[in-house]
Amino acid sequence: MYILIGGGGKVGYHLAEELLRANHEVVIVERHRDRVSTITEELGECVIEGDCCEVSTLDAAGIGRADLAIAVTGDDEDNLVFCEIARVRGASRVISRVNNPKNELLFQQRGMETTISATKAILAQMEQELPTSEVIPLLQLHSGLEMVEVKLSDTSPAADRTVSQLWLPAESLILLVVDAEGLPRIPDGDTPLSGGDALVVVTRKESVERLKEALVGETHGLET
Amino acid sequence: MKVIIMGCGRVGARVAGILDEKGHTVVVMDVRPDAFRRLPPGFGGTRSVGNGMDGPALERAGIKDADAFVAVTQGDNRNYFASQMAKEVYRVPRVLCRTYDPIRGELFAELGLETFSPTTIGAKIVLDLLMRDGEEAAD
Repeated sequence: MYILIGGGGKVGYHLAEELLRANHEVVIVERHRDRVSTITEELGECVIEGDCCEVSTLDAAGIGRADLAIAVTGDDEDNLVFCEIARVRGASRVISRVNNPKNELLFQQRGMETTISATKAILAQMEQELPTSEVIPLLQLHSGLEMVEVKLSDTSPAADRTVSQLWLPAESLILLVVDAEGLPRIPDGDTPLSGGDALVVVTRKESVERLKEALVGETHGLET
Repeated sequence: MKVIIMGCGRVGARVAGILDEKGHTVVVMDVRPDAFRRLPPGFGGTRSVGNGMDGPALERAGIKDADAFVAVTQGDNRNYFASQMAKEVYRVPRVLCRTYDPIRGELFAELGLETFSPTTIGAKIVLDLLMRDGEEAAD
């Protein structure tokens, strides 16, 4: 695949390194000369010096034949414009890093379906370590599905029931049940659930709150 | 008409002043409060400190009932981002986006934005003046 990367910062550098290792054809467009020489020294001739939001620079980099254009600068406005130019000029697919999670809305409005938010990923990882959170986002899947981990307590409405006795939102599946001892099971309808279990569930993004009500019960927010 | 102007530089401040004088409701946004010094004395509009790419800041500036949004910061990409926020997220009826780079400006226009390029306009004026003087000299 021919992959064009907008921005040669830390993310761009490591991304290029991985993609080159997987034998893809990779070009980074980076504005700062010192970054260009650092990357060239370490990864070889795979960098074009220039503004990744300048149409002529991207044309020179062959944006039209790119199978994939990835925006990874630290500025969301630059990432958006890079993706817009890439699409207009014929790149088959675009992926954008979104630095401020609030900006994801506009990327979606503009039809960029694949956005990656480091801030969100870090928050999700942190949440896994917090004892208070009951529903932890694990993974965003395509077509609006999300994988979450749900921890049951003794007072959860799902505790002391079997899987078939639960009222889950549509298109929700319990993939895995890990009991308090850390023993994993793939559940069927007769699998009993109890406090201390952790469930890995796939659900629709918009159903997460209802899933939480069904498995954890009323949300108490920060008062708990 | 209620107009939000993003960027209180020379152009932003001037447009704001004139609209205010004509009796329109004007809100000027800038990330730096000292930029508002460029507004004319007696400016009756609102000064709103904030980033026009930020939803909550736009809402504070009253984007939800704005009739027009004008993006005139120094950054083409910032202007594009904020203009699309105004147009696509807040459905502002009229959105104007300044784009210094004429090629990028054309592309933004293809994507549905109303853009103008001071570069193109400035170049045209210079050429017109030069040519006119040239003609006069030739007479």
